[in-house]
Amino acid sequence: MELRNESVKMPEAAADDTEILNPDHDQDDAETDKASKIAVQTESLSVFFNERPAIEDISLKLRRNRVTAIIGPSGCGKSTFLRALNLMHEMTPKSRVIGRIRIHGKDITSSSSVDVRKKVGMVFQKPNPFPTMSIYDNVVAGLRLNGKRRNSELDEIVERNLKHAGLWEEVKDRLKAPALSLSGGQQQRLCISRTIAVNPEIILMDEPTSALDPISTAKIEELIYNFKSEYSIIIVTHNMQQAARVSDSTAFLYLGKLIEFSKTRRMFTNPKEKLTEEYVTGKFG
Amino acid sequence: MSTPAKIYGPPKNLARRKFTNSLMITLCVVAGVVTILPLLYIFFYTTKSGLSSVNIDFFTQLPKPVGESGGGMANAIVGSIILIGLGSLVGIPVGILAGIYVSEYSKSIVSTIVKFTTDVLSGIPSIIVGIFAYGIIVLPMKRFSALAGGFALGILMIPTITKVTEEMLRLVPQTLREASLALGVSRWKTSLFVVLKTASSGIITGILLAIARAAGETAPLLFTSFGNSFWQTSIDQPMAALPLQIFSYAISPYEEWHRQAWAGAFVLIFLVFVVNLLVRYVTRSKYGAS
Ligand SMILES: Nc1ncnc2c1ncn2[C@@H]1O[C@H](COP(=O)(O)OP(=O)(O)OP(=O)(O)O)[C@@H](O)[C@H]1O
Ligand SMILES: [Mg+2]
Repeated sequence: MELRNESVKMPEAAADDTEILNPDHDQDDAETDKASKIAVQTESLSVFFNERPAIEDISLKLRRNRVTAIIGPSGCGKSTFLRALNLMHEMTPKSRVIGRIRIHGKDITSSSSVDVRKKVGMVFQKPNPFPTMSIYDNVVAGLRLNGKRRNSELDEIVERNLKHAGLWEEVKDRLKAPALSLSGGQQQRLCISRTIAVNPEIILMDEPTSALDPISTAKIEELIYNFKSEYSIIIVTHNMQQAARVSDSTAFLYLGKLIEFSKTRRMFTNPKEKLTEEYVTGKFG
Repeated sequence: MSTPAKIYGPPKNLARRKFTNSLMITLCVVAGVVTILPLLYIFFYTTKSGLSSVNIDFFTQLPKPVGESGGGMANAIVGSIILIGLGSLVGIPVGILAGIYVSEYSKSIVSTIVKFTTDVLSGIPSIIVGIFAYGIIVLPMKRFSALAGGFALGILMIPTITKVTEEMLRLVPQTLREASLALGVSRWKTSLFVVLKTASSGIITGILLAIARAAGETAPLLFTSFGNSFWQTSIDQPMAALPLQIFSYAISPYEEWHRQAWAGAFVLIFLVFVVNLLVRYVTRSKYGAS
Protein backbone atom coordinates (compact mmCIF):
# COMPACT_ATOMS: atom_id res chain seq x y z
CA MET A 1 0.00 0.00 0.00
CA GLU A 2 1.56 3.23 -1.13
CA LEU A 3 -0.02 5.26 1.65
CA ARG A 4 2.51 4.04 4.15
CA ASN A 5 5.22 5.93 2.32
CA GLU A 6 3.43 9.25 2.60
CA SER A 7 4.23 11.68 5.33
CA VAL A 8 0.97 11.14 7.10
CA LYS A 9 0.28 13.44 10.00
CA MET A 10 -0.69 11.18 12.80
CA PRO A 11 -3.09 11.90 15.63
CA GLU A 12 -1.50 12.16 19.04
CA ALA A 13 -4.19 10.55 21.09
CA ALA A 14 -3.95 7.05 19.76
CA ALA A 15 -4.66 5.57 23.14
CA ASP A 16 -8.17 6.96 23.10
CA ASP A 17 -9.14 4.68 20.31
CA THR A 18 -10.97 2.18 22.40
CA GLU A 19 -12.56 4.89 24.45
CA ILE A 20 -14.09 6.44 21.36
CA LEU A 21 -15.61 3.17 20.42
CA ASN A 22 -16.74 2.14 23.83
CA PRO A 23 -20.46 1.46 23.47
CA ASP A 24 -21.04 1.41 27.21
CA HIS A 25 -20.65 5.13 27.54
CA ASP A 26 -23.08 6.59 30.03
CA GLN A 27 -25.47 8.48 27.79
CA ASP A 28 -27.28 10.62 30.29
CA ASP A 29 -24.25 11.76 32.15
CA ALA A 30 -23.41 14.56 29.76
CA GLU A 31 -21.37 16.49 32.27
CA THR A 32 -18.71 13.90 32.84
CA ASP A 33 -15.21 14.35 31.57
CA LYS A 34 -15.59 11.68 28.99
CA ALA A 35 -18.72 13.19 27.53
CA SER A 36 -17.21 16.65 27.31
CA LYS A 37 -14.54 15.23 25.07
CA ILE A 38 -17.19 14.06 22.64
CA ALA A 39 -18.24 16.58 20.02
CA VAL A 40 -20.78 14.50 18.18
CA GLN A 41 -22.42 11.32 19.19
CA THR A 42 -24.98 9.45 17.14
CA GLU A 43 -27.04 6.61 18.50
CA SER A 44 -28.71 4.25 16.05
CA LEU A 45 -29.02 7.03 13.52
CA SER A 46 -31.02 6.09 10.44
CA VAL A 47 -32.26 8.29 7.62
CA PHE A 48 -34.99 7.28 5.22
CA PHE A 49 -35.95 8.81 1.91
CA ASN A 50 -39.37 7.74 0.73
CA GLU A 51 -39.20 5.03 3.39
CA ARG A 52 -36.03 3.62 1.84
CA PRO A 53 -33.09 3.69 4.23
CA ALA A 54 -30.07 5.73 3.07
CA ILE A 55 -28.14 5.14 6.28
CA GLU A 56 -29.01 2.60 8.92
CA ASP A 57 -28.30 2.32 12.57
CA ILE A 58 -25.12 4.37 12.72
CA SER A 59 -23.67 4.82 16.19
CA LEU A 60 -20.51 6.86 16.48
CA LYS A 61 -18.70 9.04 18.94
CA LEU A 62 -16.55 11.73 17.44
CA ARG A 63 -14.05 13.47 19.64
CA ARG A 64 -13.73 17.15 20.17
CA ASN A 65 -10.94 19.01 18.37
CA ARG A 66 -10.29 16.13 16.05
CA VAL A 67 -10.74 15.64 12.35
CA THR A 68 -12.91 12.70 11.43
CA ALA A 69 -13.02 11.51 7.85
CA ILE A 70 -16.00 9.71 6.38
CA ILE A 71 -15.15 7.51 3.45
CA GLY A 72 -17.04 5.04 1.32
CA PRO A 73 -18.17 4.42 -2.23
CA SER A 74 -20.56 6.77 -3.97
CA GLY A 75 -24.11 6.49 -2.70
CA CYS A 76 -23.19 4.82 0.57
CA GLY A 77 -24.75 7.61 2.60
CA LYS A 78 -21.82 9.85 3.55
CA SER A 79 -23.60 13.08 2.69
CA THR A 80 -26.78 11.76 4.23
CA PHE A 81 -24.97 11.13 7.50
CA LEU A 82 -23.30 14.54 7.45
CA ARG A 83 -26.51 16.40 6.67
CA ALA A 84 -28.29 14.64 9.51
CA LEU A 85 -25.88 16.28 11.93
CA ASN A 86 -27.02 19.82 11.15
CA LEU A 87 -30.64 18.78 10.68
CA MET A 88 -30.54 19.60 6.98
CA HIS A 89 -32.89 16.76 6.16
CA GLU A 90 -35.71 18.91 7.51
CA MET A 91 -35.59 20.54 4.11
CA THR A 92 -36.05 17.32 2.18
CA PRO A 93 -39.62 16.25 1.62
CA LYS A 94 -40.41 12.64 2.48
CA SER A 95 -37.32 12.19 4.58
CA ARG A 96 -37.33 10.71 8.05
CA VAL A 97 -34.55 10.70 10.60
CA ILE A 98 -34.65 8.32 13.54
CA GLY A 99 -32.20 7.73 16.32
CA ARG A 100 -30.42 10.23 18.50
CA ILE A 101 -27.80 12.87 17.82
CA ARG A 102 -25.92 14.52 20.64
CA ILE A 103 -23.80 17.58 20.14
CA HIS A 104 -21.51 18.09 23.12
CA GLY A 105 -23.72 15.78 25.09
CA LYS A 106 -26.94 17.59 24.32
CA ASP A 107 -29.63 15.76 22.42
CA ILE A 108 -30.45 17.94 19.41
CA THR A 109 -33.13 15.79 17.87
CA SER A 110 -35.80 18.11 19.21
CA SER A 111 -33.76 21.33 19.22
CA SER A 112 -34.42 24.25 16.94
CA SER A 113 -32.50 23.70 13.74
CA VAL A 114 -31.44 27.36 13.71
CA ASP A 115 -29.67 26.95 17.05
CA VAL A 116 -28.06 23.69 16.02
CA ARG A 117 -26.73 25.13 12.77
CA LYS A 118 -25.11 28.06 14.53
CA LYS A 119 -23.04 25.50 16.40
CA VAL A 120 -22.60 23.09 13.51
CA GLY A 121 -21.39 24.84 10.37
CA MET A 122 -21.14 23.31 6.93
CA VAL A 123 -18.90 23.67 3.89
CA PHE A 124 -20.25 22.27 0.65
CA GLN A 125 -18.81 20.34 -2.24
CA LYS A 126 -19.16 23.12 -4.76
CA PRO A 127 -18.14 26.58 -3.55
CA ASN A 128 -21.41 28.44 -3.08
CA PRO A 129 -20.79 32.07 -2.11
CA PHE A 130 -23.86 34.30 -2.26
CA PRO A 131 -23.72 35.59 -5.83
CA THR A 132 -25.34 38.96 -5.16
CA MET A 133 -22.90 39.84 -2.41
CA SER A 134 -19.36 41.17 -2.25
CA ILE A 135 -16.50 39.27 -0.66
CA TYR A 136 -16.95 41.35 2.48
CA ASP A 137 -20.69 40.81 2.64
CA ASN A 138 -20.28 37.08 2.16
CA VAL A 139 -18.06 36.77 5.20
CA VAL A 140 -20.51 38.55 7.46
CA ALA A 141 -23.67 37.26 5.79
CA GLY A 142 -24.46 34.92 8.65
CA LEU A 143 -23.95 37.61 11.28
CA ARG A 144 -25.90 40.23 9.37
CA LEU A 145 -28.80 37.92 8.63
CA ASN A 146 -28.90 36.98 12.26
CA GLY A 147 -29.15 40.61 13.22
CA LYS A 148 -25.63 41.63 14.19
CA ARG A 149 -25.04 44.91 12.41
CA ARG A 150 -22.45 46.99 14.23
CA ASN A 151 -20.29 48.05 11.33
CA SER A 152 -17.15 48.86 13.29
CA GLU A 153 -17.22 45.34 14.62
CA LEU A 154 -17.82 43.82 11.21
CA ASP A 155 -14.63 45.21 9.64
CA GLU A 156 -12.59 43.47 12.26
CA ILE A 157 -14.58 40.25 11.94
CA VAL A 158 -14.07 40.20 8.17
CA GLU A 159 -10.34 40.67 8.48
CA ARG A 160 -9.95 38.07 11.20
CA ASN A 161 -11.98 35.40 9.44
CA LEU A 162 -10.42 35.97 6.04
CA LYS A 163 -6.99 35.70 7.65
CA HIS A 164 -8.09 32.58 9.41
CA ALA A 165 -9.13 31.03 6.12
CA GLY A 166 -5.88 32.10 4.48
CA LEU A 167 -7.59 34.40 2.01
CA TRP A 168 -6.87 37.84 3.43
CA GLU A 169 -3.66 38.57 1.56
CA GLU A 170 -5.31 37.71 -1.74
CA VAL A 171 -8.42 39.81 -1.31
CA LYS A 172 -7.65 42.61 1.13
CA ASP A 173 -7.55 45.20 -1.64
CA ARG A 174 -10.84 44.22 -3.18
CA LEU A 175 -13.19 43.35 -0.37
CA LYS A 176 -16.03 45.09 -2.16
CA ALA A 177 -15.55 43.05 -5.33
CA PRO A 178 -18.19 40.47 -6.21
CA ALA A 179 -17.63 37.11 -4.57
CA LEU A 180 -18.01 35.43 -7.93
CA SER A 181 -14.94 37.23 -9.24
CA LEU A 182 -12.79 34.90 -7.13
CA SER A 183 -11.36 31.64 -8.39
CA GLY A 184 -12.95 28.37 -7.34
CA GLY A 185 -10.38 27.70 -4.65
CA GLN A 186 -10.66 31.24 -3.33
CA GLN A 187 -14.42 30.96 -3.32
CA GLN A 188 -14.18 27.82 -1.25
CA ARG A 189 -11.93 29.55 1.26
CA LEU A 190 -14.41 32.42 1.28
CA CYS A 191 -17.13 29.91 2.11
CA ILE A 192 -14.95 28.62 4.92
CA SER A 193 -14.54 32.17 6.30
CA ARG A 194 -18.27 32.63 6.05
CA THR A 195 -18.78 29.43 8.01
CA ILE A 196 -16.31 30.22 10.78
CA ALA A 197 -17.52 33.82 11.06
CA VAL A 198 -20.59 32.64 12.96
CA ASN A 199 -18.35 30.86 15.50
CA PRO A 200 -19.39 27.26 15.07
CA GLU A 201 -17.94 24.54 17.27
CA ILE A 202 -18.21 21.80 14.71
CA ILE A 203 -17.60 22.10 10.98
CA LEU A 204 -19.03 19.60 8.52
CA MET A 205 -17.32 19.41 5.16
CA ASP A 206 -18.81 17.47 2.29
CA GLU A 207 -16.05 16.81 -0.24
CA PRO A 208 -14.81 20.38 0.14
CA THR A 209 -11.98 20.00 -2.33
CA SER A 210 -13.44 17.76 -4.99
CA ALA A 211 -14.09 20.70 -7.30
CA LEU A 212 -10.65 22.22 -6.76
CA ASP A 213 -7.16 22.03 -8.23
CA PRO A 214 -4.31 20.39 -6.26
CA ILE A 215 -2.88 23.66 -4.96
CA SER A 216 -6.20 24.93 -3.67
CA THR A 217 -6.78 21.49 -2.22
CA ALA A 218 -3.48 21.62 -0.37
CA LYS A 219 -4.36 25.03 1.05
CA ILE A 220 -7.68 23.79 2.34
CA GLU A 221 -6.14 20.67 3.82
CA GLU A 222 -3.68 22.86 5.65
CA LEU A 223 -6.56 24.93 6.99
CA ILE A 224 -8.33 21.82 8.18
CA TYR A 225 -5.22 20.70 9.97
CA ASN A 226 -4.77 24.08 11.65
CA PHE A 227 -8.42 24.36 12.57
CA LYS A 228 -8.20 21.41 14.89
CA SER A 229 -7.31 23.46 17.92
CA GLU A 230 -10.57 25.38 17.64
CA TYR A 231 -13.09 23.19 15.90
CA SER A 232 -14.15 19.60 15.62
CA ILE A 233 -14.22 18.71 11.96
CA ILE A 234 -16.03 16.00 10.06
CA ILE A 235 -15.00 15.68 6.46
CA VAL A 236 -16.42 13.50 3.73
CA THR A 237 -13.90 12.64 1.08
CA HIS A 238 -13.39 10.33 -1.87
CA ASN A 239 -9.71 10.84 -1.73
CA MET A 240 -7.98 8.25 0.48
CA GLN A 241 -4.76 10.24 0.63
CA GLN A 242 -6.71 13.23 1.79
CA ALA A 243 -8.38 11.21 4.52
CA ALA A 244 -4.98 9.90 5.55
CA ARG A 245 -3.40 13.34 5.49
CA VAL A 246 -5.96 15.34 7.41
CA SER A 247 -7.93 13.06 9.67
CA ASP A 248 -7.38 11.53 13.09
CA SER A 249 -10.15 8.97 12.85
CA THR A 250 -11.92 7.54 9.87
CA ALA A 251 -15.36 6.02 9.46
CA PHE A 252 -15.99 3.71 6.55
CA LEU A 253 -19.57 3.48 5.34
CA TYR A 254 -20.81 0.91 2.91
CA LEU A 255 -24.39 0.58 1.64
CA GLY A 256 -25.67 2.82 4.38
CA LYS A 257 -24.00 0.93 7.20
CA LEU A 258 -21.01 1.75 9.33
CA ILE A 259 -18.45 -0.93 8.58
CA GLU A 260 -15.54 0.32 10.57
CA PHE A 261 -14.55 3.29 12.66
CA SER A 262 -11.06 3.63 14.00
CA LYS A 263 -7.89 5.64 14.05
CA THR A 264 -6.98 6.76 10.58
CA ARG A 265 -3.54 5.24 10.79
CA ARG A 266 -5.01 1.92 11.69
CA MET A 267 -7.68 2.19 9.03
CA PHE A 268 -5.11 2.59 6.32
CA THR A 269 -2.51 0.15 7.59
CA ASN A 270 -4.27 -2.55 9.45
CA PRO A 271 -8.04 -2.38 9.14
CA LYS A 272 -10.15 -4.76 11.15
CA GLU A 273 -12.61 -5.51 8.38
CA LYS A 274 -11.78 -7.15 5.11
CA LEU A 275 -14.23 -4.85 3.30
CA THR A 276 -12.38 -1.80 4.61
CA GLU A 277 -9.10 -3.16 3.42
CA GLU A 278 -10.47 -3.82 -0.03
CA TYR A 279 -11.89 -0.32 -0.22
CA VAL A 280 -8.87 1.58 1.01
CA THR A 281 -6.56 -0.36 -1.26
CA GLY A 282 -8.75 0.44 -4.21
CA LYS A 283 -10.06 -3.03 -4.93
CA PHE A 284 -13.57 -1.60 -5.29
CA GLY A 285 -15.47 1.66 -4.93
CA MET B 1 -20.09 -4.36 -40.84
CA SER B 2 -19.81 -0.82 -42.11
CA THR B 3 -16.60 1.06 -41.68
CA PRO B 4 -16.43 4.21 -39.55
CA ALA B 5 -15.80 6.25 -42.69
CA LYS B 6 -19.18 5.28 -43.95
CA ILE B 7 -20.88 6.21 -40.71
CA TYR B 8 -19.43 9.70 -40.72
CA GLY B 9 -19.75 10.21 -44.47
CA PRO B 10 -22.31 12.65 -45.92
CA PRO B 11 -25.86 11.40 -45.33
CA LYS B 12 -27.99 10.70 -48.36
CA ASN B 13 -30.67 13.18 -47.42
CA LEU B 14 -28.31 16.08 -46.82
CA ALA B 15 -30.08 18.36 -49.27
CA ARG B 16 -33.42 17.77 -47.59
CA ARG B 17 -31.95 18.39 -44.16
CA LYS B 18 -30.40 21.62 -45.30
CA PHE B 19 -33.69 22.69 -46.79
CA THR B 20 -35.60 21.87 -43.58
CA ASN B 21 -33.02 23.76 -41.61
CA SER B 22 -33.30 26.92 -43.69
CA LEU B 23 -37.08 26.64 -43.67
CA MET B 24 -37.18 26.51 -39.88
CA ILE B 25 -34.77 29.41 -39.57
CA THR B 26 -36.87 31.46 -41.98
CA LEU B 27 -40.02 30.69 -39.99
CA CYS B 28 -38.31 31.80 -36.79
CA VAL B 29 -37.17 35.04 -38.37
CA VAL B 30 -40.66 35.71 -39.72
CA ALA B 31 -42.18 35.06 -36.31
CA GLY B 32 -39.61 37.38 -34.77
CA VAL B 33 -40.47 40.15 -37.19
CA VAL B 34 -44.19 39.61 -36.61
CA THR B 35 -43.66 40.23 -32.90
CA ILE B 36 -41.62 43.35 -33.42
CA LEU B 37 -43.77 44.96 -36.11
CA PRO B 38 -46.91 45.75 -34.09
CA LEU B 39 -44.80 47.24 -31.32
CA LEU B 40 -42.85 49.44 -33.73
CA TYR B 41 -46.04 50.42 -35.49
CA ILE B 42 -47.79 51.34 -32.25
CA PHE B 43 -44.80 53.25 -31.10
CA PHE B 44 -44.34 55.26 -34.27
CA TYR B 45 -48.01 55.87 -34.89
CA THR B 46 -48.62 57.05 -31.34
CA THR B 47 -45.58 59.28 -31.49
CA LYS B 48 -46.57 60.71 -34.84
CA SER B 49 -50.17 61.41 -33.85
CA GLY B 50 -49.56 62.34 -30.24
CA LEU B 51 -46.27 64.14 -30.03
CA SER B 52 -47.52 67.31 -31.74
CA SER B 53 -50.15 67.80 -29.00
CA VAL B 54 -47.73 67.14 -26.16
CA ASN B 55 -46.62 70.43 -24.69
CA ILE B 56 -46.15 72.02 -21.29
CA ASP B 57 -49.89 72.66 -21.01
CA PHE B 58 -50.59 69.00 -21.48
CA PHE B 59 -48.70 68.22 -18.30
CA THR B 60 -49.83 71.23 -16.27
CA GLN B 61 -53.39 72.05 -17.30
CA LEU B 62 -56.73 70.50 -16.54
CA PRO B 63 -58.96 69.39 -19.41
CA LYS B 64 -60.79 72.28 -21.03
CA PRO B 65 -64.55 72.14 -21.73
CA VAL B 66 -65.61 71.28 -25.27
CA GLY B 67 -65.09 74.11 -27.68
CA GLU B 68 -62.18 75.70 -25.85
CA SER B 69 -58.86 74.69 -27.28
CA GLY B 70 -55.75 73.85 -25.27
CA GLY B 71 -55.86 72.31 -21.83
CA GLY B 72 -54.13 69.14 -20.74
CA MET B 73 -54.33 65.98 -18.75
CA ALA B 74 -52.34 66.92 -15.68
CA ASN B 75 -54.97 65.46 -13.37
CA ALA B 76 -55.09 62.19 -15.31
CA ILE B 77 -51.32 61.82 -15.31
CA VAL B 78 -51.11 62.36 -11.56
CA GLY B 79 -54.19 60.16 -11.11
CA SER B 80 -52.62 57.32 -13.05
CA ILE B 81 -49.45 57.55 -10.99
CA ILE B 82 -51.45 57.46 -7.76
CA LEU B 83 -53.58 54.55 -8.97
CA ILE B 84 -50.55 52.56 -10.05
CA GLY B 85 -48.91 53.35 -6.74
CA LEU B 86 -51.94 52.08 -4.84
CA GLY B 87 -52.12 49.02 -7.08
CA SER B 88 -48.43 48.31 -6.45
CA LEU B 89 -48.96 48.58 -2.70
CA VAL B 90 -51.47 45.75 -2.96
CA GLY B 91 -50.07 43.75 -5.85
CA ILE B 92 -46.33 43.69 -5.21
CA PRO B 93 -46.20 42.49 -1.60
CA VAL B 94 -49.04 40.03 -1.99
CA GLY B 95 -47.69 38.76 -5.30
CA ILE B 96 -44.14 38.33 -4.03
CA LEU B 97 -45.13 36.70 -0.76
CA ALA B 98 -47.51 34.33 -2.53
CA GLY B 99 -44.74 33.49 -5.01
CA ILE B 100 -42.33 32.77 -2.15
CA TYR B 101 -44.93 30.64 -0.47
CA VAL B 102 -45.61 28.59 -3.57
CA SER B 103 -41.96 28.14 -4.46
CA GLU B 104 -40.33 27.71 -1.06
CA TYR B 105 -43.04 26.07 0.99
CA SER B 106 -44.62 24.01 -1.73
CA LYS B 107 -45.18 20.88 0.28
CA SER B 108 -48.61 21.75 1.53
CA ILE B 109 -51.97 21.45 -0.17
CA VAL B 110 -52.49 25.16 0.47
CA SER B 111 -49.74 26.07 -1.94
CA THR B 112 -51.31 23.91 -4.64
CA ILE B 113 -54.53 25.83 -4.10
CA VAL B 114 -52.68 29.16 -4.23
CA LYS B 115 -51.02 28.13 -7.47
CA PHE B 116 -54.27 27.07 -9.04
CA THR B 117 -56.01 30.23 -7.88
CA THR B 118 -53.39 32.54 -9.37
CA ASP B 119 -53.65 30.69 -12.66
CA VAL B 120 -57.39 31.17 -12.68
CA LEU B 121 -57.09 34.78 -11.55
CA SER B 122 -54.77 35.60 -14.43
CA GLY B 123 -57.45 34.44 -16.83
CA ILE B 124 -60.30 36.51 -15.37
CA PRO B 125 -61.28 39.48 -17.57
CA SER B 126 -60.18 42.72 -15.97
CA ILE B 127 -63.67 44.20 -16.08
CA ILE B 128 -64.83 41.48 -13.70
CA VAL B 129 -62.09 42.42 -11.29
CA GLY B 130 -63.45 45.98 -11.57
CA ILE B 131 -66.93 44.73 -10.68
CA PHE B 132 -65.46 42.86 -7.73
CA ALA B 133 -63.76 46.01 -6.46
CA TYR B 134 -67.02 47.88 -7.02
CA GLY B 135 -68.81 45.32 -4.89
CA ILE B 136 -66.43 45.29 -1.96
CA ILE B 137 -65.19 48.89 -1.88
CA VAL B 138 -67.40 51.25 -3.91
CA LEU B 139 -70.74 49.97 -2.61
CA PRO B 140 -69.85 50.06 1.11
CA MET B 141 -68.16 53.46 0.74
CA LYS B 142 -71.10 54.66 -1.33
CA ARG B 143 -68.83 56.43 -3.80
CA PHE B 144 -66.31 55.87 -6.54
CA SER B 145 -62.75 56.23 -5.35
CA ALA B 146 -59.12 55.94 -6.30
CA LEU B 147 -58.86 53.41 -3.50
CA ALA B 148 -61.22 51.06 -5.29
CA GLY B 149 -59.40 51.64 -8.59
CA GLY B 150 -55.99 50.97 -7.04
CA PHE B 151 -57.34 47.87 -5.37
CA ALA B 152 -58.65 46.53 -8.69
CA LEU B 153 -55.30 47.22 -10.38
CA GLY B 154 -53.50 45.53 -7.49
CA ILE B 155 -55.62 42.39 -7.84
CA LEU B 156 -54.80 42.35 -11.54
CA MET B 157 -51.09 42.57 -10.80
CA ILE B 158 -51.02 39.68 -8.34
CA PRO B 159 -51.06 36.68 -10.73
CA THR B 160 -48.24 37.98 -12.92
CA ILE B 161 -46.03 38.81 -9.97
CA THR B 162 -46.77 35.55 -8.17
CA LYS B 163 -46.00 33.51 -11.25
CA VAL B 164 -42.78 35.32 -12.07
CA THR B 165 -41.61 35.24 -8.46
CA GLU B 166 -42.28 31.53 -8.24
CA GLU B 167 -40.44 30.77 -11.45
CA MET B 168 -37.45 32.97 -10.65
CA LEU B 169 -37.12 31.50 -7.14
CA ARG B 170 -37.16 28.00 -8.55
CA LEU B 171 -34.11 28.92 -10.64
CA VAL B 172 -32.10 29.73 -7.52
CA PRO B 173 -29.85 26.73 -6.82
CA GLN B 174 -30.74 24.67 -3.78
CA THR B 175 -27.15 24.90 -2.51
CA LEU B 176 -27.61 28.62 -1.93
CA ARG B 177 -30.56 28.01 0.36
CA GLU B 178 -28.55 25.37 2.16
CA ALA B 179 -25.57 27.69 2.48
CA SER B 180 -27.74 30.22 4.24
CA LEU B 181 -29.55 27.70 6.43
CA ALA B 182 -26.22 26.15 7.39
CA LEU B 183 -25.20 29.52 8.86
CA GLY B 184 -28.08 29.25 11.29
CA VAL B 185 -30.22 31.67 9.33
CA SER B 186 -33.90 30.93 9.72
CA ARG B 187 -35.98 29.80 6.82
CA TRP B 188 -37.96 32.96 6.31
CA LYS B 189 -34.85 35.11 6.40
CA THR B 190 -33.23 32.76 3.91
CA SER B 191 -36.26 33.06 1.64
CA LEU B 192 -36.39 36.85 1.83
CA PHE B 193 -32.78 37.95 2.07
CA VAL B 194 -30.92 35.26 0.17
CA VAL B 195 -33.23 33.51 -2.27
CA LEU B 196 -35.39 36.49 -3.16
CA LYS B 197 -32.38 38.77 -3.39
CA THR B 198 -30.60 36.40 -5.72
CA ALA B 199 -33.63 36.19 -7.96
CA SER B 200 -34.45 39.88 -7.72
CA SER B 201 -33.57 41.02 -11.22
CA GLY B 202 -35.94 38.53 -12.83
CA ILE B 203 -38.68 39.35 -10.36
CA ILE B 204 -38.27 43.07 -11.02
CA THR B 205 -38.81 42.42 -14.70
CA GLY B 206 -42.05 40.66 -13.80
CA ILE B 207 -43.16 43.51 -11.57
CA LEU B 208 -42.50 46.02 -14.34
CA LEU B 209 -44.55 43.91 -16.70
CA ALA B 210 -47.40 43.88 -14.21
CA ILE B 211 -47.13 47.65 -13.70
CA ALA B 212 -47.13 48.28 -17.43
CA ARG B 213 -50.24 46.14 -17.79
CA ALA B 214 -51.98 47.86 -14.90
CA ALA B 215 -51.07 51.32 -16.20
CA GLY B 216 -52.99 50.71 -19.38
CA GLU B 217 -56.05 49.05 -17.85
CA THR B 218 -59.25 50.93 -18.52
CA ALA B 219 -62.07 48.50 -17.83
CA PRO B 220 -61.43 47.90 -14.12
CA LEU B 221 -61.35 51.66 -13.51
CA LEU B 222 -64.74 52.33 -15.08
CA PHE B 223 -66.75 51.54 -11.96
CA THR B 224 -64.06 52.10 -9.40
CA SER B 225 -61.93 55.18 -9.93
CA PHE B 226 -64.51 56.42 -12.43
CA GLY B 227 -62.61 59.42 -13.72
CA ASN B 228 -62.68 63.10 -12.83
CA SER B 229 -62.28 66.31 -14.82
CA PHE B 230 -60.88 68.20 -11.85
CA TRP B 231 -57.88 68.07 -9.59
CA GLN B 232 -58.25 65.27 -7.11
CA THR B 233 -55.54 63.75 -5.01
CA SER B 234 -57.42 62.27 -2.06
CA ILE B 235 -57.70 58.59 -2.58
CA ASP B 236 -61.23 58.31 -1.23
CA GLN B 237 -62.54 60.38 -4.14
CA PRO B 238 -63.11 59.59 -7.81
CA MET B 239 -59.89 60.13 -9.68
CA ALA B 240 -58.91 60.71 -13.28
CA ALA B 241 -56.63 58.23 -15.01
CA LEU B 242 -54.89 58.37 -18.37
CA PRO B 243 -56.59 55.34 -19.93
CA LEU B 244 -60.03 56.60 -18.83
CA GLN B 245 -59.32 60.03 -20.21
CA ILE B 246 -57.99 58.61 -23.46
CA PHE B 247 -61.06 56.44 -23.74
CA SER B 248 -63.57 59.26 -23.23
CA TYR B 249 -61.67 61.63 -25.51
CA ALA B 250 -61.22 59.06 -28.23
CA ILE B 251 -64.94 58.22 -28.44
CA SER B 252 -65.89 61.90 -28.50
CA PRO B 253 -66.75 63.53 -31.84
CA TYR B 254 -64.29 66.40 -31.44
CA GLU B 255 -61.12 66.66 -33.50
CA GLU B 256 -59.30 68.53 -30.72
CA TRP B 257 -60.06 65.81 -28.20
CA HIS B 258 -58.85 63.13 -30.58
CA ARG B 259 -55.50 64.84 -30.75
CA GLN B 260 -55.40 65.02 -26.97
CA ALA B 261 -56.26 61.32 -26.77
CA TRP B 262 -53.25 60.54 -28.95
CA ALA B 263 -51.09 62.73 -26.79
CA GLY B 264 -52.42 60.86 -23.76
CA ALA B 265 -51.56 57.52 -25.35
CA PHE B 266 -48.06 58.75 -26.07
CA VAL B 267 -47.59 59.96 -22.51
CA LEU B 268 -48.90 56.67 -21.14
CA ILE B 269 -46.35 54.67 -23.11
CA PHE B 270 -43.66 57.11 -22.13
CA LEU B 271 -44.63 56.89 -18.47
CA VAL B 272 -44.37 53.10 -18.48
CA PHE B 273 -41.02 53.42 -20.17
CA VAL B 274 -39.73 55.87 -17.56
CA VAL B 275 -40.96 53.72 -14.68
CA ASN B 276 -39.14 50.83 -16.30
CA LEU B 277 -35.84 52.66 -16.51
CA LEU B 278 -36.20 54.15 -13.07
CA VAL B 279 -36.89 50.86 -11.32
CA ARG B 280 -34.06 49.18 -13.16
CA TYR B 281 -31.70 51.93 -12.20
CA VAL B 282 -32.70 51.97 -8.54
CA THR B 283 -32.55 48.19 -8.17
CA ARG B 284 -29.61 47.52 -10.44
CA SER B 285 -27.40 44.73 -9.23
CA LYS B 286 -23.90 45.76 -8.39
CA TYR B 287 -22.55 42.37 -9.26
CA GLY B 288 -24.49 41.52 -12.37
CA ALA B 289 -25.53 38.22 -10.84
CA SER B 290 -28.45 36.35 -12.36
N1 LIG C 1 -33.05 13.88 -1.31
C1 LIG C 1 -33.02 12.55 -1.53
N2 LIG C 1 -34.12 11.91 -1.93
C2 LIG C 1 -34.10 10.58 -2.15
N3 LIG C 1 -33.01 9.81 -2.03
C3 LIG C 1 -31.87 10.40 -1.63
C4 LIG C 1 -31.81 11.80 -1.36
N4 LIG C 1 -30.54 12.10 -0.99
C5 LIG C 1 -29.85 10.95 -1.03
N5 LIG C 1 -30.64 9.92 -1.42
C6 LIG C 1 -30.22 8.52 -1.53
O1 LIG C 1 -29.55 8.15 -0.37
C7 LIG C 1 -28.40 7.35 -0.68
C8 LIG C 1 -27.16 7.97 -0.08
O2 LIG C 1 -26.90 9.18 -0.72
P1 LIG C 1 -25.71 10.15 -0.29
O3 LIG C 1 -25.87 11.41 -1.05
O4 LIG C 1 -25.66 10.24 1.17
O5 LIG C 1 -24.45 9.35 -0.82
P2 LIG C 1 -22.93 9.75 -0.74
O6 LIG C 1 -22.26 8.70 0.04
O7 LIG C 1 -22.77 11.13 -0.25
O8 LIG C 1 -22.49 9.63 -2.24
P3 LIG C 1 -21.44 10.53 -3.07
O9 LIG C 1 -20.10 10.02 -2.69
O10 LIG C 1 -21.75 10.21 -4.48
O11 LIG C 1 -21.66 11.94 -2.72
C9 LIG C 1 -28.35 7.24 -2.19
O12 LIG C 1 -28.89 6.00 -2.55
C10 LIG C 1 -29.25 8.35 -2.68
O13 LIG C 1 -29.91 7.97 -3.85
MG1 LIG D 1 -22.20 13.01 -1.19
